[in-house]
Amino acid sequence: MGSKKLGMWLFIVSDTLTFSALLITYSYSRLTNPDWPKPFPMNPAIIFSTAMTVVLLASSLTMVMAVMAAQRNNRKSTVLWMIATMAGGLTFMGLHLREWFHLFEEGATITHNPWGTPQFGAVFFGITGMHMTHVLIGVIYLGIVATGYGRGKFSAEDVEVNGLYWHFVDLVWMFVFPLIYLMSVKY
Amino acid sequence: MNTHAHAEHAHAGASQGTNVAIWIGLVAITGLEVFLAYEALQPTLMLTILVGLSLVKAAMIMSYFMHLKFEKFSLVLLLVPAMIFCICMMMIFFFPEAFRLLQMRPR
Repeated sequence: MGSKKLGMWLFIVSDTLTFSALLITYSYSRLTNPDWPKPFPMNPAIIFSTAMTVVLLASSLTMVMAVMAAQRNNRKSTVLWMIATMAGGLTFMGLHLREWFHLFEEGATITHNPWGTPQFGAVFFGITGMHMTHVLIGVIYLGIVATGYGRGKFSAEDVEVNGLYWHFVDLVWMFVFPLIYLMSVKY
Repeated sequence: MNTHAHAEHAHAGASQGTNVAIWIGLVAITGLEVFLAYEALQPTLMLTILVGLSLVKAAMIMSYFMHLKFEKFSLVLLLVPAMIFCICMMMIFFFPEAFRLLQMRPR
């Protein structure tokens, strides 16, 4: 195994612990506050967040295709699949920002919200903001590796390492979506 | 990378069909989670079920999309036990401290 791949795996483990700390703390807050806000109705919040989940999962599949194309040494196909992955990441961010602005319009901020339990804003914007930052970094990382790989400066291993990061971002969302959104559904 | 190593590398990992099947499975579990969110379950039970389903999804992503299933087992031994140990330590030590802080809150 190459040092780049091992380094990425070790980074992923350390980042897993960061998100674990945030989500464990959130879970504790959620369970110990019976009046935790439930501001997410089916339309638009749950429909949007479910669509975001499917888009992020689809971008993971396109990344798998990019890695497979890179292993076949098909540079054009690799770059196209990576562009598709970036498009998925940007779509996810666009939908997420729309969801954020919707909450801003309802009066929710990081320190205050109209539904009580002020921790809600800090938890929601803190965890989803942390995740969105990872998505943004992932899109930039994809752009750099796709450009470099297309020009022959990067190897198939670089694409695979890039893929590990992208799948990790997807994996984290698999916990954020049910814990943050589905645990606060407005019936 | 030489030709032999490249060919060996190219065979690592699941087939395209398997990856698509995994993706369909992940979307299906997501659908199940959304369905469960509208069942009036106790928060603790709901959290346990959702975390359980998320762990299944995480295992599918790590095994197939991140190729961990096809890597040397020594990598799994290096990463997974250490990660689980650290998360267990968090769960053990966060909660007593959190309860202690809760008792210290102003009445």
